[in-house]
Amino acid sequence: MTWQGWLLVSILLSSFLPGIIIFSLPEEKTGLRTTLNLLGSGTKIVLVLIMNIGIYLGYSYEIRLPLVPGVEILLNADPLSSLFATLSSVLWFLTTIYAVGYLEDSPNRSHFFGYFSLCVTVTIGISLAGNLVTFLLFYEMLTLTTYPLIIHRGTAQALRAGGNYLIYTLGGGSVFLFAVVWLQTITGPSDFAATGFAPHLLQTHAFSLKIIFLLLIMGVGVKAALVPLHGWLPQAMVAPAPVSALLHAVAVVKAGAFGIIRIILDVYGIENLTNLGLFPFLTAIASVTVLWGSIRALQQDDLKRRLAFSTVSQVSYIALGMSLADQSLAVMGGLVHLVHQGLMKITLFFCAGNIAETLGIHRISQMKGVARRMPLTMAAFTVGALGMIGIPPTIGFVSKWYLGLGCLDAGNWWLVTVLAVSSLLNAGYFLPIIITAWFRRQDAPWPEEHQFGRYETRLMLLVPPLITAFVVLFMGALANARFSPLAWVRFIVKGYGL
Amino acid sequence: MLFDSSSWIIAPIVLPLMAGLFCFLFTRGTFAISVVASIANLVTVVVLHRQLISFGPTRYVVGGWRVPLGITLRTDGPALLMLLMAAVTGVAITFYARGYFSFRIAEPKREGRHERQQRFFWPLWMMLLGSLNALFLSSDIFNLYVTLELVSVSAAALAALSGKPASQIAAFRYLLVSLLGSLSYLLGVVFIYKIHGVLDLDMLRMAASGGPALGAALALMTVGLLLKTALFPLHFWLPPAHANALAPVSAILSGLVVKGSFYLLFRLWFDVFPGVIATPALNLMGLLGAGAILWGSVQAIRQQRLKLLVAYSTVSQLGYLFVAFPLARLENGAGVWTAVTFMALAHACAKAAMFMAAGAIFLQVGHDRIRDLAGVRACLPVASLAYAVAGVNLMGLPPSGGFMAKWLLLTSSLASCRWWWGLVIMAGSLLAAIYVFRVVSRLFVIPAGEPLRACYPHSILLEWPALILALISLLLGFAAPYPLQLLDTAQSAMALFYGGLP
Repeated sequence: MTWQGWLLVSILLSSFLPGIIIFSLPEEKTGLRTTLNLLGSGTKIVLVLIMNIGIYLGYSYEIRLPLVPGVEILLNADPLSSLFATLSSVLWFLTTIYAVGYLEDSPNRSHFFGYFSLCVTVTIGISLAGNLVTFLLFYEMLTLTTYPLIIHRGTAQALRAGGNYLIYTLGGGSVFLFAVVWLQTITGPSDFAATGFAPHLLQTHAFSLKIIFLLLIMGVGVKAALVPLHGWLPQAMVAPAPVSALLHAVAVVKAGAFGIIRIILDVYGIENLTNLGLFPFLTAIASVTVLWGSIRALQQDDLKRRLAFSTVSQVSYIALGMSLADQSLAVMGGLVHLVHQGLMKITLFFCAGNIAETLGIHRISQMKGVARRMPLTMAAFTVGALGMIGIPPTIGFVSKWYLGLGCLDAGNWWLVTVLAVSSLLNAGYFLPIIITAWFRRQDAPWPEEHQFGRYETRLMLLVPPLITAFVVLFMGALANARFSPLAWVRFIVKGYGL
Repeated sequence: MLFDSSSWIIAPIVLPLMAGLFCFLFTRGTFAISVVASIANLVTVVVLHRQLISFGPTRYVVGGWRVPLGITLRTDGPALLMLLMAAVTGVAITFYARGYFSFRIAEPKREGRHERQQRFFWPLWMMLLGSLNALFLSSDIFNLYVTLELVSVSAAALAALSGKPASQIAAFRYLLVSLLGSLSYLLGVVFIYKIHGVLDLDMLRMAASGGPALGAALALMTVGLLLKTALFPLHFWLPPAHANALAPVSAILSGLVVKGSFYLLFRLWFDVFPGVIATPALNLMGLLGAGAILWGSVQAIRQQRLKLLVAYSTVSQLGYLFVAFPLARLENGAGVWTAVTFMALAHACAKAAMFMAAGAIFLQVGHDRIRDLAGVRACLPVASLAYAVAGVNLMGLPPSGGFMAKWLLLTSSLASCRWWWGLVIMAGSLLAAIYVFRVVSRLFVIPAGEPLRACYPHSILLEWPALILALISLLLGFAAPYPLQLLDTAQSAMALFYGGLP
């Protein structure tokens, strides 16, 4: 195996091995566990950066492991993989710090951190998957490794949410498997490629290919929480805050969105899909999801539930951008939103977790005056929320700007309207939170207040959201810098010849 | 060298049988004898594998008596994979049984019952292993009958070991059903001997010509074997027999014994008499298999007791083996052979692991009511994990062996436009997910606020063999090229001699 191959393997192992060791650690070895976690996630960031540099310089990374004819495990890093891998590894690092602070003194931490590490391993696996079989492998393992995290609290509510999660995701996984096998009987075993499958198949199998596309999108749409397959997501917020943060920003929802991107760009190919005439359908679903998620978010009083519905809506921007695939600006907007939404949403979930952990507040109506008690947390929250609304100079603005330009280029006025309405709705459900927190006076004692040392909350809970909020605020201004996500997306899009 | 290299083939039969004899004669050291025998068995199976890869399929004539008089043994890909399945699972079961009985014997309430159980367990288990191996290696339909009988008698005796009335009744019924199955098979053998005058599989393959008499013979043999394999709707005896036995015995029965009769059936249908079987018969098998998958899963979901749940899941998993029948004749039928072998291997490991974990839970908690299993992970972290990992295989999620099998079946069902079999397979996976997670969600959650269970100290042998088997079943998908190579070697060699397996 070449050094490139070893690099991919060690990227996976850098979280897998710590995870396995952590499982076997006794509960009270907090120090060792934290060291392992941070060591693993730090190593992973370094390795992913090395991989990125290599990709930029034009090295190719590939490992093949043929199993039976037609089933081959293929790890392959292309610019698109590295976008998702970088996002996952950086946010995993921050979430680990946060989770260590969050779970201080709570039981079953070895179990928790073990699955936490496995979960990130399979997320990275999804990003590195080089064909549908490998994608499926990691996609199903993601379901299995996140399930223990969702039911971690062990309450009846958590179990119900976990059961629902399994019904949705395993059902989606079955549909996906069926579609993958069906597709393979038509196209033969094929790797992800920028052009998709051979165009001549369209003449003979157009109908089957259409159905398969719908099934594939259904399969990944469950995790991407496309309406009407989003029902599990708002329930899954019973999980501990770091898990919600990870689920919404990096792992599950993003895996679904990433799957949609892969299917469009690398399995079918933009040209084939245009010929099949399937993009309008995807556009419609994505628009409905964007609006429906926002409308539902407006109705929620529970903070995490509101954030969850906001995820439903925001993740569909990615699908929306991809569905305008002949417009390179829209595709760029969608791709870059994969990163941007992750950064913003993780900030919001961190802050929601902080407020719940420090003051016992779960409902927006209880948040009056929170900003006086926890100014830094609420500042971070505000930055994240403004980003979601799309106010410059945040990164959220960059995403929406590119999406909007793409829609305009396509001459699609009603999509521009969808974007505008959705931004209004975003403002409608985020601004009241901000106003309540900053400008209302506290009128009742906090439900369950804790004092954590000198700062407004534990330092380990405070630092991660501040970092991500900082990035949300300034990466938008630096969007044209060479190291920004946008620059990398430009690099990706160039690879697809758009 | 003392032996001719082809003499290795008798070792997997002779070693366990000798060990069984010694275990019966000596009261001490029975565990040591069994461990040595099962490890030696594994080693010889590995040697046989190497021989098969380098020399191709071989035949061995016991005692030098030639066909049609003598007894012949032969190795080929499917046979050796089955041997490997029995050997690997066998080693794990042997270690687990040690952990199981020593836990039992260390219990404060001593009655001497557990010592007696252990006393009979080892010789019976070794006899069973030896006769299973003989079943996989025999190449003559009458010898196969003898091995079938040996297997069923020792299996029924094992099932009765626990001594409780429920298990006595179940074991007795198991014995009767088994004997009925064997008799039906024997009748078929008699018919065939009357028609063709030979018993050797290879000679039969060449002689088989069809006709109503042969059809009747095959039907008799098939019904007998189906009864032993517990294919829906002939599965009624399996759940009580498997669920009421001692845990190591359940693992043996569910993991290995049902595979013996299935293997024989599959061989007869697709290796020896492929030309005789009509398509409706294949479809009927597929239909029954589909029924087994759905009915077994639904029953498993409805069970209140853990071991019954696992037993019904065996009924359902056996269905997959039969859904392969209508697909096996198609263009890429070789893929279905692989699928069946995978399914059998992965299911043997996973199901044995599941029963071992269930047994460990039963010992620790004192019951196996699923409702009250919350938080068992606190006492049995490894066994709980083993249960979950084995469950992944039953659900057919990647990278397990079960996934590979389902992938291959799905591919051939879609490639031949018989998507309904594919739908049944998918439905079975989802139902399996329900019954697996019904238990796993209980095992894994430690309810907040409740004090942890009091845990009895137990040896690592109670938990680790289960986890190792479960991990084997999970990672079997990655080992896929090996069985494939073996089947290819065997098939190409067979093709040279006899015109090929289907």
